[in-house]
Amino acid sequence: MNVVQLPPRRKLGKIHVPTVTLAHGGGGKAMKDLIDDVFISAFAGASAPALEDQARFDLAALAVHGDRLAFTTDSFVIDPLEFPGGDIGKLAVCGTVNDLAVGGAKPLYLSCAVIVEEGVSLDMLRRLALSMAKTATDAGVGIVTGDTKVVPRGAADKLFITTTGIGVIPKGRDISVSRAQPGDGVLVNGWLGDHGAAILAARGDLALDADIQSDCAPLHGLIEALLCAAPGTRFIRDATRGGLATVLNEVAEASNVSILIAEDQTPLRPEVCGVCEILGLDPLYLANEGKIVIVVPPDEIPAALAAMRVHPLGEKAALIGHIGDGEAGRVVMKTVFGGSRIVDMLVGEQLPRIC
Amino acid sequence: MKFAHEFRDAEKARILIREIEKLADEIEITRTRPINIMEVCGGHTHSIFRYGIETMLPKTIELIHGPGCPVCVLPMGRVDDCVVIAENPGVIFTTFGDAMRVPGSKKSLLQAKAEGADVRMVYSPMDALQLARKNPDNEVVFFALGFETTMPSTALTLLQAQAENIKNFSVFCNHITIVPTIKAVLDSPDLHLDGFLGPGHVSMVVGTAPYDFVADFYSRPVVVAGFEPLDILQSIWMLLKQIQDGRAEVENQYTRIVPEDGNDPALAAIGKVYELREFFEWRGLGSIDHSGVKIRDAYADFDAERKFDIPNAKIADPKSCQCGEVLKGVLKPWQCKVFGTTCTPATPLGALMVSPEGACAAYYQYGGITRQKTGAA
Repeated sequence: MNVVQLPPRRKLGKIHVPTVTLAHGGGGKAMKDLIDDVFISAFAGASAPALEDQARFDLAALAVHGDRLAFTTDSFVIDPLEFPGGDIGKLAVCGTVNDLAVGGAKPLYLSCAVIVEEGVSLDMLRRLALSMAKTATDAGVGIVTGDTKVVPRGAADKLFITTTGIGVIPKGRDISVSRAQPGDGVLVNGWLGDHGAAILAARGDLALDADIQSDCAPLHGLIEALLCAAPGTRFIRDATRGGLATVLNEVAEASNVSILIAEDQTPLRPEVCGVCEILGLDPLYLANEGKIVIVVPPDEIPAALAAMRVHPLGEKAALIGHIGDGEAGRVVMKTVFGGSRIVDMLVGEQLPRIC
Repeated sequence: MKFAHEFRDAEKARILIREIEKLADEIEITRTRPINIMEVCGGHTHSIFRYGIETMLPKTIELIHGPGCPVCVLPMGRVDDCVVIAENPGVIFTTFGDAMRVPGSKKSLLQAKAEGADVRMVYSPMDALQLARKNPDNEVVFFALGFETTMPSTALTLLQAQAENIKNFSVFCNHITIVPTIKAVLDSPDLHLDGFLGPGHVSMVVGTAPYDFVADFYSRPVVVAGFEPLDILQSIWMLLKQIQDGRAEVENQYTRIVPEDGNDPALAAIGKVYELREFFEWRGLGSIDHSGVKIRDAYADFDAERKFDIPNAKIADPKSCQCGEVLKGVLKPWQCKVFGTTCTPATPLGALMVSPEGACAAYYQYGGITRQKTGAA
């Protein structure tokens, strides 16, 4: 009897096509190969996914970290997907880790949902998954569950990532946007606007030779150091979309206070200012991915600054202003030139001026 | 940022402010009313608010924010024309960023984009030409606007397109020229102006001679000013000095950029490509004779007005808008009936609320003044 010699079964996680196709989202073997090859293999170092439909946590293990859960979600869309200083994968991990950390939480677990447009290069997808995994490992969080969808060409712009995070808040921490009080100091951990300026320059439609890197970084370590040194810290927020100006306006409104900041104390790289000058943009509204705005009581300002300045992500930490008792909700900047101006919320998107 | 910090020195500013206060004190008219100085250019308006210059000046000096923001003076009908062109199948419509939000009678370019039109933001007309090279199956239209500052770059791009025999590129020309505009302001019966800060960027192209008529026939001093805060303060001081001396001359503060006779190659490109329109409609100011330019017949193949069937309709500004009075300095932005109520940067009725260079948007965002707070009726 002739025995039919079947070819050996292809090993899991081996995809030999250069781009994602709709078959990779079809729920069959191609999809499993994609998930194994790209995501499971990358995330294995950052966590140990059990391939169930949900991640499961031991409550007692969570409770050792504190007495409240913190839970957050964020979607990441960016053009280009890879840019100086980071990529969408790193961004998706940092963004959610930071959203947990600014509430005083220890970030523990992330989920990762990816929407991929048909035609995206698998090499790039692998790079982005590895970047997510590395960032998660560096941040000490596990990527424990996820989802992948493939949509037809034109239905999405290359790749969207949603990450959801769980963390635990240690007992006794109370950080809130409504706690700022007159006399408190307003601090930042370094150069502002780097991410926004780097993305503008990376889009390639500007004839600008600007050497600016995104500041994309997980900030939980810095925040932990800050909170140890200044336990009375009232408020922390990462100054992402909308930049410093937006965060300050949110604090001023929620805490019913005024804020006065000094332009000459606000850390801005000359290169970022240069890009803004050329395009007619205001760096106070540029996005950041590794910068936080902090409000601390007056007696803890020196300790907060000192703790941040010894951390690599806080070397340029600065006291940029104070909470005042003027008109509630108003943010005013004393300009480098000696005048003063209102810093309001941005209306719509910041658009470059004609000349 | 080299060569910029020197012009943002707070100590030098304090010295200049003291000198300005001293001069203003000595000028007789300040006994009865403030000295009204118009900065024609939107770039100056932006700097004035950006650096808080108004907050530093004595109350005896009032800055009037003039019609020099090309986005602000764009009439609704022209925005409608842009939308009509942009909604043509196969058209890639390119524009400077801040023009995207200017409201037309039905929608802005930003809204047209959201509804499916291929509207793209570019940083220069050359970027638009590059898009045309890359997309030979599409017609790429560049929305050309601005004063003499941006005219040469559009002209040179068009000449480049011709040299390369590019067939799918055209320009929707809405360039305007500064001199008739200043004249229209000066002819306003409500005029309360004592002097002008002349536009630095425009003057870089045209020089200073075109403003001689302001001094010669209207007896108002002009100082062509740069855009850094010390430039603006020094120019205000120079204007006050002329007023004190009883002089009305055209002076050039921005000598590091502005040649007295202008820029010959730029002027040659302008002369080659454009000719004056008989009249051009301005938002808030109405029709001003010979205030706009169009593309000459020799370049008709690159003229979007001839390539596309556009309505070219005159659309009256909303009745409640008082942009014209604000542009002429008759009203302060917050004195407009709709400032900060139905007209805000989020919902602009008038164009002055759209661009960050617009006086109303600048007051609203940087000045923190709302109509209610001023107690205006």
